[in-house]
Amino acid sequence: MNEVSFSFDDKLYKGYQGEPMAAALLRSGVLSITNSTYHGRPRGVVGLGVEEPNALVQLVSGTKESMLPATVIEMADGLVARSLTGIGALPEPPDDARYDKTNSYVDTLVIGAGFGGLMAADEHLRAGREVLLIDDQPGPGGHLRHLGLKLPSALQDVLAHENLTYLCRCTAVGLYDQNYVVAIERRSDYLGNSAPANMARIRVWHIRADQVVLAPGAFQRPLIFANNDRPGIMLSHAAATYVAVHSVRIFRCAVVATVDNQGYRDALRLHQAGVQVQAIYDVRTVAGGPSVDAARATGIPIRLRATVLDTASNAEGTLHSVIIQDLDTKETFQTASDLLAVSGGWTPIVDLATHIGIKPKWSDKHATFCVKYDTDRLLTAGMLAGDFGGDDDPSIFFGPELDAEQARHAYIDLQRDTTLHDLRRAVGAGLSSIEHIKRFTTIGTAHDQGKTSGMLTIGALCQLNGAAQGGKSGFSPADVGTLSFRPPYVPVPFAALAGRERGLLTDPIRITSLHQWHVEAGAIFEDVGQWKRPWYFPKPGESMEDAVRRECVAARQGVAVMDASTLGKIDIQGPDAAVFLDRIYTNMFSTLPEGQCRYGLMCKADGIVFDDGVTTRLGKNHFLMTTTTGGAARVLAWLEEWLQTEWPELKVYCTSVTEHISTIALVGPKSRLLLGELVTDIDLSKEAFPFMHSRVSTIDGIPVRIARISFSGELAFEINVDWGHARHIWERLWALGRSYYLTAYGTEAMHVLRAEKGYIIIGQDTDGTQTPYDLNMSWIVSKKKEFIGKRSFQLPYLKATGRQQLVGLLPDNDDEVIPEGAYITVLNAHPDEHGKTRHTGFVTSSYYSPTLGRAFALALVTDGLNWMGEQVAIPIGKKVIRAAICDAVFIDKENIRRDN
Amino acid sequence: MLYIPCPHCGLCNETEFHYGAEAGVAYPDPNALTDSEWAKYLHIRANPKGWFAERWVHFAGCGRWFNLWRNTITHEIGLAYLPFTTQPKAPGNTGQEGSRA
Ligand SMILES: [Zn+2]
Repeated sequence: MNEVSFSFDDKLYKGYQGEPMAAALLRSGVLSITNSTYHGRPRGVVGLGVEEPNALVQLVSGTKESMLPATVIEMADGLVARSLTGIGALPEPPDDARYDKTNSYVDTLVIGAGFGGLMAADEHLRAGREVLLIDDQPGPGGHLRHLGLKLPSALQDVLAHENLTYLCRCTAVGLYDQNYVVAIERRSDYLGNSAPANMARIRVWHIRADQVVLAPGAFQRPLIFANNDRPGIMLSHAAATYVAVHSVRIFRCAVVATVDNQGYRDALRLHQAGVQVQAIYDVRTVAGGPSVDAARATGIPIRLRATVLDTASNAEGTLHSVIIQDLDTKETFQTASDLLAVSGGWTPIVDLATHIGIKPKWSDKHATFCVKYDTDRLLTAGMLAGDFGGDDDPSIFFGPELDAEQARHAYIDLQRDTTLHDLRRAVGAGLSSIEHIKRFTTIGTAHDQGKTSGMLTIGALCQLNGAAQGGKSGFSPADVGTLSFRPPYVPVPFAALAGRERGLLTDPIRITSLHQWHVEAGAIFEDVGQWKRPWYFPKPGESMEDAVRRECVAARQGVAVMDASTLGKIDIQGPDAAVFLDRIYTNMFSTLPEGQCRYGLMCKADGIVFDDGVTTRLGKNHFLMTTTTGGAARVLAWLEEWLQTEWPELKVYCTSVTEHISTIALVGPKSRLLLGELVTDIDLSKEAFPFMHSRVSTIDGIPVRIARISFSGELAFEINVDWGHARHIWERLWALGRSYYLTAYGTEAMHVLRAEKGYIIIGQDTDGTQTPYDLNMSWIVSKKKEFIGKRSFQLPYLKATGRQQLVGLLPDNDDEVIPEGAYITVLNAHPDEHGKTRHTGFVTSSYYSPTLGRAFALALVTDGLNWMGEQVAIPIGKKVIRAAICDAVFIDKENIRRDN
Repeated sequence: MLYIPCPHCGLCNETEFHYGAEAGVAYPDPNALTDSEWAKYLHIRANPKGWFAERWVHFAGCGRWFNLWRNTITHEIGLAYLPFTTQPKAPGNTGQEGSRA
């Protein structure tokens, strides 16, 4: 074994490559690793692996880790660790290690490469199945590794089988429905500085298995007695393993307290490794079997019906002596000891089984909960299935009777510093359910999630409840409840789950074919869903306010251009397309002549407005629907749902063409003049090309479709062109537009322009509760035909007063732009039934209008359409903004400008 | 994460699907219903404990809607069937806790 050096709390130590840091620290005499989180008591190593509740450290070398038990850190040269008192802090700078993920589909997944798991793998291999075997340890063998034993050759053959894949350091963290398992493989930490730079540090495995075999093994559990938390008190199996396998030589004189024969086996190992075992204290009345005989043969004194009641420490807080109690006479005596090895029985690792709702069953024989499961999809093996192998014969015992003072220092959850006293208090407060007690006491909520404390809690409750029932005998832990856990089984770094989907790769970014032009023009972008849209185009020295005003003025007085390519576009074809649109939209589309466009509103069946947009009839059986930028996928799914599940008889096909067609909006009184320089094959005059008409044309030989659609109220042309040709058209407009002072504008100016005209944005000016009537759009609701949502308009609650309706707002102070989302209250002229001011709505869109020369807003106000001219008050912090309700159309109510 | 048998694509992860509530609730003739019957169609769906026939759409796959038996307690998945076909019988109860595996 290679010797390595590492630093712990700024002191240098030596250890061996690959051994647990806990072993190296113990060998170096570091018994107290840290202080407990809440009580500040010195704490040392208790266990062997992920069950460790005490010995927390943070790694400050390599890829920093905020909190790990020293029992799971594999030694590598140059590690730098610090002790940690319970609460970790995220390391700085951000983790830049590589993480990845992979999927696996296998016949059989075996979780646990101990004896039980390897035997199960063998059986499945013999049946001709492909097996994936995963285990969280650095090597196979489970318990055998703790005993320092080599794998028998039969099990080595299993591992060498061609149909078996074995992953070590791979922890199954969750078992989910239909045999879906998520596992975390730690691939490079153990290599320390010699890890290849490009190697993924952790790989997340997403596994689907035809069959899953759970063979996770078991944790030894401690006992509840006074001052059971001192450094030097360890689980007996851990103590024996550190001493016998990892050559820890710091203990001179050990006491073993046990409820089963495991304690004898560990006592024997301690004895054989040169530790003087003073005595084995066994709670049982009789003890027998090979393990007991073997221990007895060495001359270790054995005392039955006795256990540890309390401990004492030396000045450093580490174990000094043990107070033993005779369970029958209750007499006590003290004996000096620097190691107390505790064997409280085994708790099989039921975590994964309980993830999918399996309830572990109590077994008196095993003094614990087991899961014996054998279906054609899920099986258990090894200790989880109750196959303990040895001659354990455990007693159901969790600790001696303690008085109130002793209970204050009798720890159940070492990490949370929760004691038997806390548990008694919870029960005294009337709690009986284990789930309630967990939340009241915080037992089992720390990083170890109750791996050692869960079973102790049930045991202690069992004793408390038994006492509460007049000391009724035979009261079993099964009457208290059972263990249940949620994923993940061990803490999982978020970085591992994120994998490579970080930074730029967090979410797809959608850009239009004009994006590069916008970038070069210095656009500031806004995220609209996954789309990057130009928000505004500041000139040097301009503020956002300046830029937006300039862009608005250009659109209203000259000519401006916007990239509207992100609009959702759905190509709808088929002999029944017109009939279909009549059912989808609230207004009529079958009457729309070819080559014309119509604004449409769609509702869900409950009558609530869902999306809007302009649809153009390209041919008899061919429509092009546009949707809101954010609603494109939703609307397509909606159309498909009705076609597939309600109206399969309709011959209609819907295709998303959002990214096939670019849309350039040319807006403003001079837009016709400018476009006329580019488009010569069609007449652009208002007589020949009326509003809401669509024409096919060519620009430089490129086919385009031009529509007179306006989202600003101004004269406007929308040029639709194949995605790849958009930049050419845009550049041509831009070059020709110089003499017109052509101005590019972004979404902010677009919002100002549309709001001035009272055009709504679904989802901004609606909140999922508005009907077309609430939006003052009764004109768009057809009386002549059926459509989705129509029946709901007859429902009393949609017809009643008191609904929020879309109105305009003009603040008294012309320059006061009201914050969007602000609550609107009515003044005292309209008090509620208690004579108080009441909330009546909220501001949905609010801007400064350079055209109006003042601020304005749209708002949803209760019965607002009946409130024209009324004063409202909008409290913002300590300030109150006063405003008047008005019509939602602020400019050009007569629709003159669009034909300019 | 459920493993769902799309009738067109085979077994795929739940993340590829969207849920569509109870199967077999046909769009009624809106005008033949009273207000309360219509409101019931809009808002009330069965939510049984046990086997439940429900609608799913394989939005990240073939894009098709289909129906599926699913056990709301054990999360077992039963037969999938196409819209406008005869609903197969509900699967039998295995009576096994955790049999969702
Ligand atoms: Zn599919």
